Order: sequence, then structure tokens, then C-alpha cells
Amino acid sequence: MHIAAILRLNPVLTEELEVDEDGRDIDREWIGLELNPFDDQALEQAVLLKEATGAKVTALAAEAEGGERLLKTALARGVDEVLLIEVGEENVQLSSRARAPLFQEALEGLAPDLVLTGVLSTDDIYGELAPQLGALLDWPQVSAVSNVALGDGVATLQQEYSGGISARIEVQLPAVVGLQAATQPPRYVAGSKLRDLLKVEVPTVEPGADFGADLADATELEVPDTSGGAEMLTGDAEAVAARIHEILVERGLV
Amino acid sequence: MRCLIFVEHSDGTVSESALELGAMAKSIGAEAVGLICAADPGAVNALAGQLGSFDAVIGVADDSLATYNPDAAARALTAATEAHKPDLVMTSYSAAGVDLAPNVAIRTGRQMVGYVSGLELDGDTLNAMSTVYSGKLVARTGMDLPGIVAVMPGAVKADGLSGGAPAVEMMDVDLSGLRMRVTETLVPENTGVNLADAEKIFCVGRALGGTEKIELAENVAAALGAELAGSRPVIDAGWMPKVRQVGKSGTKVKPRLYLMAGVSGAPEHLEGMANSELIIAINSDEQAPIFGTAHYGAVCDMFELMPALTERLTAGK
Ligand SMILES: Cc1cc2nc3c(=O)[nH]c(=O)nc-3n(C[C@H](O)[C@H](O)[C@H](O)COP(=O)(O)OP(=O)(O)OC[C@H]3O[C@@H](n4cnc5c(N)ncnc54)[C@H](O)[C@@H]3O)c2cc1C
Ligand SMILES: Nc1ncnc2c1ncn2[C@@H]1O[C@H](COP(=O)(O)O)[C@@H](O)[C@H]1O
Repeated sequence: MHIAAILRLNPVLTEELEVDEDGRDIDREWIGLELNPFDDQALEQAVLLKEATGAKVTALAAEAEGGERLLKTALARGVDEVLLIEVGEENVQLSSRARAPLFQEALEGLAPDLVLTGVLSTDDIYGELAPQLGALLDWPQVSAVSNVALGDGVATLQQEYSGGISARIEVQLPAVVGLQAATQPPRYVAGSKLRDLLKVEVPTVEPGADFGADLADATELEVPDTSGGAEMLTGDAEAVAARIHEILVERGLV
Repeated sequence: MRCLIFVEHSDGTVSESALELGAMAKSIGAEAVGLICAADPGAVNALAGQLGSFDAVIGVADDSLATYNPDAAARALTAATEAHKPDLVMTSYSAAGVDLAPNVAIRTGRQMVGYVSGLELDGDTLNAMSTVYSGKLVARTGMDLPGIVAVMPGAVKADGLSGGAPAVEMMDVDLSGLRMRVTETLVPENTGVNLADAEKIFCVGRALGGTEKIELAENVAAALGAELAGSRPVIDAGWMPKVRQVGKSGTKVKPRLYLMAGVSGAPEHLEGMANSELIIAINSDEQAPIFGTAHYGAVCDMFELMPALTERLTAGK
């Protein structure tokens, strides 16, 4: 059994986001990047399945910058092999639709039984990755999955809908899964483990496939106008607590 | 101009989001054609009867479509798109919509835009507004038609039942050799926690950081007489049980008070609580999207605020 986990870097969303001068992309000058939280869940699920079944796990990324470090973290988390698809330094902002054919090509080479990636990335404006890969590879795919178990030629998944309702789905392998939550929360990796991997060479491959066409050239980004939003309470925590208490009293809520 | 709308339904009732999509199609002056996938033609007809604002319905009936099956639904939507060539295919941004819109976009060679909160037609170009980076930015994409959009639930108000039941045309789709089957539907167990009916809710987000500090949150909830709730990461991390999750894949709530701390205000969270009567948000990031929705906000460390607020509430009693 061979599992491929696809990992992407995302801007750290607790930091301030600004739009660059031509309004086409976020200003990436100072922005921190982190593993997409849903890909983090996919990585954890892949390692959990490896521990449960002895499957081999390969982690894949297609990043301009930070891809090597990302994949070294994956090694520290317990994946067996990694592969970095080179996209060129100038391609920092590729959408999932642009990268999908690159992953398709790599996956056709690896021929895994199961592909796990995050259900979405918060900039997947032209489509989420897992369903696109399902269509490109013509493999069955299921998104918004929490819980994956492997059987003989099948995976049993739980797909989540609104209101806490979910369905159990049995899927023939090979299949693509857009993961929402792993069976257990992602584990912590010790810094020492990462340092041990500093010298490891991350294998790279140059893609033969072209980027997928998306509508990035037709998109303008903006910081939303929140002027109609919250009335802001100012002061330190004491002052804010006092104001909240007043508001609740005024409205008869306490 | 014609829109083909994938109609979600459960337990014999069409989802609110399908009616919202119908209203959105009308708002750009388009005809709304629903695609209903169900177990048999009788079920298709019964569901079509709930789509009074739609112009027509295409029905696909098969045992595999009794509940949502991603493989079968993708084939049906692809076939209907290829046969009817709508200008725009619309899905909700739901679990099904995430499966279908990008998948059918690739299968039919169409472009798609997701996280859509609004549409405007400008000649042959459709301008789609989307919420990206968890609500921190908005995007405007000019899409030449034909295309596909996945629309955020709640983006527009649903239309009532204006007309009679739309005419239904059944369509044959080859669903042989499906590669997945739904074996069971799981409903949440009744645990005594009822967020949907709670009058006051205190919700904490990922910033809680672990169970060590949960007592601070429990104290606020107790002093306030509120139910404690969490955003999805809080539940996924195992800090609170699933019954306490608010949002898209949790419970939808509408309390008189929704107090929240350390929740960023991602669209999937807003989907569950944006209609609360009074929303007060505490977040250390002044750019947190939640400040666009909350009625009152404070840029403040929740770990300082929680004890201070507990003290105030307790002293005020
Ligand atoms: C199909 C699907 C369904 C989903 N369903 C749901 C759902 O039902 N419910 C849900 O909530 N999410 C859901 N999500 C996830 C959603 O996209 C977000 O990831 C989630 O809502 C983010 O949770 P959060 O705000 O707690 O965490 P984050 O986005 O990480 O936000 C944490 C916030 O805390 C602030 N903060 C940090 N430290 C402090 C401090 N000391 N004091 C105050 N503030 C601080 C930060 O500024 C940040 O804004 C779903 C996603 C998908 C794809
Ligand atoms: N979304 C937001 N994020 C952070 N601060 C905000 C936000 N909205 C309003 N404010 C602050 O609230 C104050 C009043 O804002 P306004 O209502 O835009 O005049 C200003 O100091 C703003 O910086």
C-alpha cells in the first residue's frame, strides 16, 4: 500500500495581509508561510495509516520557496519519502488549478493507492485540489472527509455535511481524498528531530506538464471594507470587560 | 442566459442553499434550471414541487442517488452540463459543492470560481466576488461564460415559492461501475447539549491553544449563564466534544448573545452564527475578519479578557 500526501504552503492568516500594488496578489514581502492546516491533517492521517497498516507514505509539494523545509518537516513527522516538484522561483502564487496538472503527472509516476490532501486551501479560488485531481486522474474522489480506514482495495471514509451529519462511504482504490480532519490531531515534532534532517537532500523533479489555466489574470484582490462592521471597544482587558458587562446589562442579558 | 443549479436535499426536503442559488440566478436575470438527483422519479417530482421559483428541472433517478454519492453526482452533473450547455453551473459551497464544482470544471473544461458571495453580469463577463484567505481578503474575478461557480451559503436570501412546480424532464445517465457506495448515514447523538436553542453562547477558537486554559473559558460561560462552544479546530484538536461545534459542519445557532474569543471569523464559522442577535468578538488581530460581522469588537488578549470578564460578571450579580 502506497499513500501520497500533497502538502501546500499558505500565508499565516493571523498576520496582517496586504494586497500588492497591482491588486493581483497578496504582498509576499514579509508574509510568513505555514503548512496549510488541512494539509497538516492529511499528513497526519497518512502517517496514522502507515502506523496502522505498514503503508509507505510519500509527501509531495510544488512550492517556489520553503518547499524543502516543508518536506523535511514531513520526514520528521514520519513519512518515508518526499518529492519536490520545481515550479520556478517566480511562481510563488500558483493556484491549486495551476498546480493540479503537475501533481497529476507526479502521481501518475508514483502510482499510489491513495492520495490525501487538505480539503481546501483558503486561496483555492479556482477550485480545490482533490476534486480536480480526481477528474484529471479519473479516480474516485471524496472531499470534506474526517476519518480514513484502509481495507483490501478499498478505503472507508466519513464525509461530513452540515448539522454534524455525516456518511460512511466505501471507495475503491486508487482514490483521492480531500481531508478535513485526521482521526487524531496532528502530532508535534521536536525541533531536534528537524535539525537532524537539515542535511538531508530533498529529491526534486522538473515538471513536464504545463500549469493549468486559471482565471488569476482576471482577478483583483481587496481588503474588505469593514466600516459597517463592529463598533470597537478600546482600552485594556479590564476596560473592555467593563464595557462588555455594561452592554450586557443594558440589553438585559445578565 | 441559463443557470444549471445542483439541488441538494436531505430527508425529502430541498436545502435552503438550492433556493438561494435560484434567487442568485434570478438576480442576474438568468433562467434557473435545477438538477435533482434522487432515488426514483417520484422523489424527483416531490423535490421539484419545492422549487417554485425555478424555471425547469432536470431529473436523474437511480438507487445510488438516494443519498449524496460523490461519484454518481459528479457523473450526473457532468452529463447534464454537457447535454444542456448552461451558461453557468452553480453549486453551493458545501461538502457536495466542493466535490462537484472543481471536478466538473475539469471534466467539462470550464473555468470555475469558488467561495462566491456575489455575482454581477457585465455584458458577456460575469463578475464573481469571493471571500478568500479565510475572509481576510475579497476577490473580484471576471469570468467569460460558460463557467461554474460555488456559492457560499447565506450569500443571498432564498426566494419563496413564487410559481408552481417547474416542469421536470428526466435524463438518463450511465451510472454503471460506480467506484464508491454510501454504506451508512451518521447523525449526531443526543448528549443533552443543545446549542441550537441556547439563549447565550460563549465560543472560543483555536487561540485557546489547549485544554490547560479551558477552565478560563468555562468560568466565563458559567458567570454568563451561557453554553460553551468552540470553532472547528477546537473540536478537531479534541479540546471539546463535537456537539459544541458551531459552523458549517457543526451546529447553526441564533442566540440572543454570541460572545466569542480567539475565533478569526472564517466563512465556515460565520455560516453557523452570523444571524445571532448580538455578536461581541475579542481578537488580538485588528484585521481579523470577524470584526466585519460582529456588532462589538475588541482587539485584546483573550487570556487577559476572560478572567477580567468573569470577575466583572460575578461581581455584578
Ligand atoms: C468543509 C468545511 C467545513 C468547516 N466547518 C466549520 C465549522 O463548522 N465551524 C468552524 O468553526 N469552522 C469550520 N471550518 C473551518 C474554518 O475554515 C476555519 O478553519 C475555522 O473556523 C477557524 O477556526 P478559528 O477561528 O478558531 O481559528 P483561526 O482561524 O486560527 O483563528 C484564531 C484566531 O485567534 C486569534 N488569536 C490568537 N491569539 C489570541 C489571543 N491571545 N487572544 C485573542 N485572540 C487571539 C487570531 O488572531 C485568530 O484570528 C470548516 C472548514 C471546511 C473546509
Ligand atoms: N475589521 C476591523 N479590524 C480592526 N479594527 C477595526 C475593524 N473595523 C473597525 N476597526 C477599528 O475600529 C475603529 C472604528 O472603525 P470605523 O467604524 O471604521 O470608524 C477604528 O479604530 C478601526 O481601526
